[in-house]
Amino acid sequence: MSATTETPTTASASASKRAFDEFWHYFTESRGAVAGMIFMIFIILIALFAPYIAPHSPIETNSDFFRTPPAWQEGGTSQFLLGTDAVGRDILSRLIYGSRYSLLVGCIVICLSLTFGIFLGVTAGYFRGVYETILMRVMDVILSVPSLLMALVLVAILGPGLENAMIAIAVTYTPHFVRLSRAQVISEAKRDYVMASRIAGAGRIRLMAITILPNCMAPLIVQATLSFSTAILDAAALGFLGMGAQPPTPEWGTMLAEAREFITSAWWMVTFPGLAVLVTVLAINLMGDGLRDALDPKMKRS
Amino acid sequence: MFQYFLNKLSTTIPTFLGITLIAFAFIRVLPGDPIMLLGGERGVTPERYQELATQFGFDRPIYIQYKDFLLNILSGDFGQSFVTKQPVIDEFLARFPATVELSFAAMFLAILLGLPAGIVAAVKRGSWFDHTLMGLSLTGYSMPVFWLGLLLIILFSSILGWTPVSGRISLMYYFDIHTGFMTIDALISGQKGAFRSALSHLILPAITLGTIPMAVIARQTRSAMLEVLSEDYVRTARAKGLSTFRIIGLHAFRNALITVITVIGLQVGVLLAGAILTETIFAWPGIGKWMLDSIFRRDYQVVQGGLILISSIVIVVNLTIDLLYGLINPRIRQTRG
Repeated sequence: MSATTETPTTASASASKRAFDEFWHYFTESRGAVAGMIFMIFIILIALFAPYIAPHSPIETNSDFFRTPPAWQEGGTSQFLLGTDAVGRDILSRLIYGSRYSLLVGCIVICLSLTFGIFLGVTAGYFRGVYETILMRVMDVILSVPSLLMALVLVAILGPGLENAMIAIAVTYTPHFVRLSRAQVISEAKRDYVMASRIAGAGRIRLMAITILPNCMAPLIVQATLSFSTAILDAAALGFLGMGAQPPTPEWGTMLAEAREFITSAWWMVTFPGLAVLVTVLAINLMGDGLRDALDPKMKRS
Repeated sequence: MFQYFLNKLSTTIPTFLGITLIAFAFIRVLPGDPIMLLGGERGVTPERYQELATQFGFDRPIYIQYKDFLLNILSGDFGQSFVTKQPVIDEFLARFPATVELSFAAMFLAILLGLPAGIVAAVKRGSWFDHTLMGLSLTGYSMPVFWLGLLLIILFSSILGWTPVSGRISLMYYFDIHTGFMTIDALISGQKGAFRSALSHLILPAITLGTIPMAVIARQTRSAMLEVLSEDYVRTARAKGLSTFRIIGLHAFRNALITVITVIGLQVGVLLAGAILTETIFAWPGIGKWMLDSIFRRDYQVVQGGLILISSIVIVVNLTIDLLYGLINPRIRQTRG
């Protein structure tokens, strides 16, 4: 008995290991993807150990150091490597703490929109009929409002703040996941293996969640990675417009909003937060491209 | 084709109704009493409250309220701003040309640079140009546009002093508005330097807004061209001895165009969203800035009307793209229609 149960598990374990090795092979083939991944690990470490790395408190003001330029420029001190902002807060420390907010936004937005998107998309693709029609029309409606405008209107309803901004962004992303997972489920549901497990007596929930869903994940993972980066951009945009994280939160977009009036006099206040957003988003997009090439068999050829 | 058109149109109507429903619900789900919200910041006397309730029909059943709301919109009445007392539709129409001018300029730049770059990258696949372009394109795609706008201001306006910081034209020039497009009106007016001034105001916002579409167009053109270039008929054309230039111009490009048109169509929503940020940074008096200002002023009647108007534009553009699609490619007409 033990022998018969053991063989399939080891076989599937080695199969999944082989699948992973194949994935890893294609992923590491792209230098950009590896560079993106290394940089992401770097950012994650910074976010995790922010209190130990940051030289100063992100919200503590220094009345002696208003708008101090970066250390290498005339008038800068080595105490504040990237300079200080209008009320004398250390920009480097604020950037380091800011990474926490950006990663948090990305994670929560993806969790929310992926969960709801998959649930709605899989049920729509499985049950079809009126439910599907109505649901997809609702998604069309959400998609026809420009995403940032939708997020702004939702934040106007919910009130400004980082939490509400995340909810608002998640709402605007959900339709993409609904459409994607529905299309996947519809094409998968016709396959023989689904029919086989239906005949074997699998229930609806089992069919949807255990039989079909795992085979739909690849494009969803790619979409999730790319949405992770746009979520960071959108949250920064909302912060910049004053509808996201509120001061004195060291969120990158909010920092940019505070720096706007000093655009001609203190370039470092404007440059560094935006650069932080750019490199983080770029790293995630590089990873996303690598993931897509590794997971999407259609792209492997080219 | 007509059948295809009707099919597409019939899916558009529920979407439009859905938008009106969201806009209708918007004022009613805002925290607080909608009448107090509509009344503005100063507060409302009990008599005025009753008056407002009757005026907006809040004292009637909800489905009648929605019916009236819908009928008003269909007759072009989007209510009036509580701040300026102007009809919302008039405010919208006064600002819309500014956004269209900016979007056209941005799209013009994006296509002018993105399309040829994508084609060259595909033809010279694997070259340093290809690698550089793909790197740049990914950077452009990852760019926080509001930050890019600020950097451009720092570089071109404060350091180099080449371009003005905000607005559409220097206050020195005054002329009649014919088209609402400042560059064209400046040309019509014939005033010396007016066109130059309008153009120098337009260039930075256009670059800011055009960056993401440019990156997307370059990437998509490249991959569409790569796909087409590997097709059998291109190889046949090559075997026939046609020059690379002719093959690309005649065969490959025309087929890649379908992908590109889709991408351009998809960018309209992106442009309108980007317009909110770009117009805010450059104080460009278009609908994006108008919407954001209205949200901040709690001018919810404007937000409600603007939401419907802007979404309708997206819907109409998407419908047009779908129809263009059907015209270019008859196969789509049959399978999807």
